[in-house]
Amino acid sequence: MSGALGRPTITVGFIPLLDCACIVAAAEQGFARAEGLDLALVRETSWANIRDRLIVGHFDAAHLLGPMAVASTLGIGHLRVPLVAPFALGLGGNAITVSSSLWEQMCREGAVLGGNPRMQGSALARVVAARTKSAAARGDDAPLTFGMVYPFSCHNYELRYWLAAVGIDPDRDVRLVVIPPPFLADAMRAGQIDGFCVGEPWNSVAVAAGVGTIVAPTTAIWPYSPEKVLGCRASWAQDNASKLDALIRALYRASLWCEDPANHSDLAHMLAASRYIDAPAELLHAALTNRLSLTPGAAPTALPDFYVSARQAATFPWISHALWFYAQMVRWRQVEPARAHAALVRGTYRPDIYRRALAPLRVDVPAHDMKREHFFDETVFNPAAA
Amino acid sequence: MYVCLPYQRCGRGTAIAAALADMGEPSLRILLVDQNAARAAILEEGLREAGLCDITIVRETQSLLRRIVDLDPDVIFIDLENPNRDVLEQMFQVSRSVRRPIAMFVDQADTETIRAAIDSGVGAYVVDGLRKERVKTILDTAVSHFNTFNRLRDELERVNQQLEERKLIERAKGILMKERDLSEGDAYAVLRKAAMNENRRIIDVARSVVSAMGLIK
Repeated sequence: MSGALGRPTITVGFIPLLDCACIVAAAEQGFARAEGLDLALVRETSWANIRDRLIVGHFDAAHLLGPMAVASTLGIGHLRVPLVAPFALGLGGNAITVSSSLWEQMCREGAVLGGNPRMQGSALARVVAARTKSAAARGDDAPLTFGMVYPFSCHNYELRYWLAAVGIDPDRDVRLVVIPPPFLADAMRAGQIDGFCVGEPWNSVAVAAGVGTIVAPTTAIWPYSPEKVLGCRASWAQDNASKLDALIRALYRASLWCEDPANHSDLAHMLAASRYIDAPAELLHAALTNRLSLTPGAAPTALPDFYVSARQAATFPWISHALWFYAQMVRWRQVEPARAHAALVRGTYRPDIYRRALAPLRVDVPAHDMKREHFFDETVFNPAAA
Repeated sequence: MYVCLPYQRCGRGTAIAAALADMGEPSLRILLVDQNAARAAILEEGLREAGLCDITIVRETQSLLRRIVDLDPDVIFIDLENPNRDVLEQMFQVSRSVRRPIAMFVDQADTETIRAAIDSGVGAYVVDGLRKERVKTILDTAVSHFNTFNRLRDELERVNQQLEERKLIERAKGILMKERDLSEGDAYAVLRKAAMNENRRIIDVARSVVSAMGLIK
């Protein structure tokens, strides 16, 4: 398909979340046009729609949960359609928020506003233990319920990792349910969920609505943790290499623009529009500047490197990220491990395409495809050693 | 064994139900999750005509998973504009919350069926173990009725737009009749001539007349 002046048009699906920023900026700030591309952005309402429309070819590329790309390549939970992730859409941007009532209980057990994940988690573990005991005495079984956005998501795995690390079994001691981000604050107000893990601006929306308190940014659980990627069908990537390279260069330049503090105000207003995120610009600005209000009425707290769009090789598709996601799929029994999986997982994240696309820019890119991933409980995930 | 029954050729009869009854299939519980009442009604009618009577429509979005567990449907249809589609995706997972695992209804090879469903705006989830041919028949019915709804919606939009355009032309004619003391026929002729000279549509000329008048007054 061709757009104005014969430029090829690439159709990209996205979900209204902070980390669609690079895609929106690439279209709005002329980075795509400078690469000879027109971007047609399509706002979607569910991750399942993004996946299906990517698979049937409505979209050439999409704002995608990193683990979804891996799950689709492996054919877990749906059709097996090989996807590739040649570009990461930034790092971090997620947090765990609990209801006002659960936060009160956690505070009685030692949680502190802005405390580290170990402190918060230990307090939550004591609340869960007390609740399990009293539930057994009463004979009911209403475990605490936590919302997350999708079974194959960083949010699901980060939440589970934190819970398990502080001694809470995410499948036995609490209940995890999928709730779309725009519904989370309402579900919390209605008492359907006691907490959730989601990307911005939806934590801040719950805080601003007076129903939730942010207990931890997930970057405190896993510093420089990955989030969304640019995903496309492996066959499309192969048949449209030069278009894909141009798109990656446009997104790379957009990521630098998004990170410049001088642009945060413009970016927040751009994203706030109803055709993009449709959320208050001041909440988006707070997340872009890494300053979130953690509890209703509180002054903003600085959360260094909460959301990183370009620095720290934030756009590099580390294969170690893909392998960690796969390890979580196995750990939480979403898939039976198989010898053939490793190569498929590695082949989904494509640092080789990233390097090829950025070569003309002569910028520094990581020389290795994997790195050690460090977690708050001092665990190190080092797939290169495996 | 499998009888090909594209819905369009079944007319308004109960050929599908008859065929299914011949195959000794029990009745299926069907859940429609759709916030659009008109569309849900169209699909419900279509499924009933096809002899499927056990149909529940859910419009509210809260506690969807709980409702599904309680209803224990064999087939779930959801409109793709509904963000709750991701809630259903959780049911693919190893889960203690649903009695039977729910799987995608189609074969790996059957991407055309998926494409048809997505193009029409419907997502479908079906319990594992249901016979593929049967599911295909029901899905075709759903897709066909979603498309019917889409056509009706497009038609309605077109009619509304025509109505708006006609009103605008009437206003432009009224302005010309008053300002230039023309008859109705002459006022229309002026609009048409301007449209031909400027290579524009009459409606665009009418819009210019009306907006220019708005500026003057």
